[in-house]
Amino acid sequence: MTTTQIAPPVATAPKPAFKLNWVQLSPVLYTIGLFVIWEIGVRLSGLPHTIFPTPTRVFEAIVQYWSPIWKNSLQTLYTTVLGFIIAIVAGLGIGLFIGWSKTIYAGLYPIMVGFNAIPKVALVPILVIWFGIGTVPAVLTAFLISFFPIVVNVATGLATIEPETEDVLRALGAKKLDIMLKVGIPRSMPYFFGSLKVAITLAFVGSVVSETVASNSGLGNMMASAQSNFNVPLVFAGLLMLAIEGIVMYALMAWVEKRMTGWAHRSTMSN
Amino acid sequence: MATPLVSIENVDMRYGGPEGTLAVSGLDLKINRGEFVAVVGPSGCGKSTLMKLTTGLHIPQSGTVIVANSQVTKPVSIVGMAFQNPTMLPWRTTLENILLPLEIVERHRHRLRAHKADYIAKAEALLETVGLKGFGEKFPWQLSGGMQQRANLCRALIHEPELLMLDEPFGALDAFTREELWCVIRDLHASQDVTIALVTHDLRESVFLADKVVVMSARPGRIISEHVVPFERPRQLDLLYEPAFNEMVQKLHGEIATARAAA
Repeated sequence: MTTTQIAPPVATAPKPAFKLNWVQLSPVLYTIGLFVIWEIGVRLSGLPHTIFPTPTRVFEAIVQYWSPIWKNSLQTLYTTVLGFIIAIVAGLGIGLFIGWSKTIYAGLYPIMVGFNAIPKVALVPILVIWFGIGTVPAVLTAFLISFFPIVVNVATGLATIEPETEDVLRALGAKKLDIMLKVGIPRSMPYFFGSLKVAITLAFVGSVVSETVASNSGLGNMMASAQSNFNVPLVFAGLLMLAIEGIVMYALMAWVEKRMTGWAHRSTMSN
Repeated sequence: MATPLVSIENVDMRYGGPEGTLAVSGLDLKINRGEFVAVVGPSGCGKSTLMKLTTGLHIPQSGTVIVANSQVTKPVSIVGMAFQNPTMLPWRTTLENILLPLEIVERHRHRLRAHKADYIAKAEALLETVGLKGFGEKFPWQLSGGMQQRANLCRALIHEPELLMLDEPFGALDAFTREELWCVIRDLHASQDVTIALVTHDLRESVFLADKVVVMSARPGRIISEHVVPFERPRQLDLLYEPAFNEMVQKLHGEIATARAAA
C-alpha cells in the first residue's frame, strides 16, 4: 500500500439553514391574502354589510350563531356523505355493469348522458312529492348529482383494457369474469378514485340545493332563512362553512386516492 | 414423422362479415414439435391473424386448424403469447405479473394456493434464465423496456406452454438489446422443450433464430415459400456477419419485395 493521502472526496454537508418552504405555506398565505383583499375592498367601497359583509363581520356571525351553524353544518355533512356513499355503491355497480360489454356500454351511455343533462334541482320537487321535505330528498339529490362521474369513470376504465392484454389472457382460456377481476377492475380503480374527488364536491351542491328548496334543516335551509331576514353575514358564514367542508372532504378523497392507487402515480422514469 | 404440433390447412379468414377484408386465404402451414418457425412477410399480410388462428382467438370461416391433435374451436391454453407491447399490469410486481397465467389456466389455478412456493421458485428460476434475477419484487414500470420484454417472455413461459407465439416481441427495442434478447430466446429454445413461432419484420432475426423461415404474400395472406435455415446450432452472434447468412437474408428480402410489388 502506498502512503499517499487522498483527500476524501466528500463535500462538506450544507448547514441546515432555516428556510421557509414557500410551496407548503402558499395555500395558507393565499387564503389569508384573499380575506385581506376582501376586507380592504369592502371597507374602501363602503358597501353595507347587508349587501356584502366584510370577513370580520362574517367571522363575528360565525361566533354569534355558532350553535345553529354547527348543527346545520353537521346535517349538511350527513346528507352529503350519505348521498355520496350511495353514489359510490351505485356508481361502482352501474359502472361495472356498463363497462362489462361493448353493447351495454353503447346502449346505456347516451341514456346516462341524457340523464346527467337534467338539472337536478328540477328533480327536487318530484322527490318532495315522493318522500316529503327534509333529509331524504337532500340525500337523494346528492346521490343523483354525484353518481354520474363515478359511473363514467369506472365504465371507461373497464372499456379501455388493452386488446393485447385481453388476447394474452383469452388465449390462456380466461373467461370474461377472469379478465374483469384480474385486469378490468384493478385497472379502473385510479379512474374510480379520481372521480371521487369530483363526485364529493358535486354531492355538496346537490344536498345544499335540495335543503334550500325543500328542507327545514341543513346549511342550505339556514342560508335561505337568513337571507329572508336580510342577515347577509350569516348567509356568508354558511357559504364559508360549506367551503371548509368541501375542502376537507376533497382532501380526504385525494388522500384515499393516493393511498389506494399509488402505482398509478408512479414516476415517469419508464413508460 | 410424428404428427405436427400445429397444422393449418387451407384456411380462409375474413374480418367483418361476408363483405369484409379477406385477411388470409388458402393458408397452409405445419409446425413440428420442438421446431422454431419464423414468419415474415410484407406488412398487413396477416401474420397477426395467423397467430390468432393458431391460439384459437379467431376461428376460421373455412379450413381447419389443428393444434396438439385436436381441432381448434376455442382458445387453446397450451400456448404462451408475447407481443411487442409487454402489457405488464402496473399494479402487480414483476413476479406477480409472471404468475398471472397460473391464475387463469385451468390446470394450475386450483393448485396455485397450495403450491405457491413451488410456483414462485419456478418464476424466479425463469427470471434468472432471462437475466432478471432479483428483479421480481420491482414493479414493471421500474424496469427498462428491454427488461420488461424479458419479464414478458417469462410470463409467456410460466405455465409451460407447448407452443410459444411471439408477435414482433423485439420491435420496440434498440439494436443491442434486441441482439441480447435473441440470445435469450435462442437459449430458451435450446434448454426448454418448447415449440416457437415468431412473427417478425426483421429478416436477420428470423434467419438467426429459426429452423424454418416462412414467407407470406401480401393480403390476402398465404404462404409463398418455406426456407430451412441451414446454419448449425448453437448459433453465435458472429453468424450475423457471415456471407452465407447475409445471402439468405438478401434472398428473403428479394422475395418479400416481389410479394409487395405483386400486391
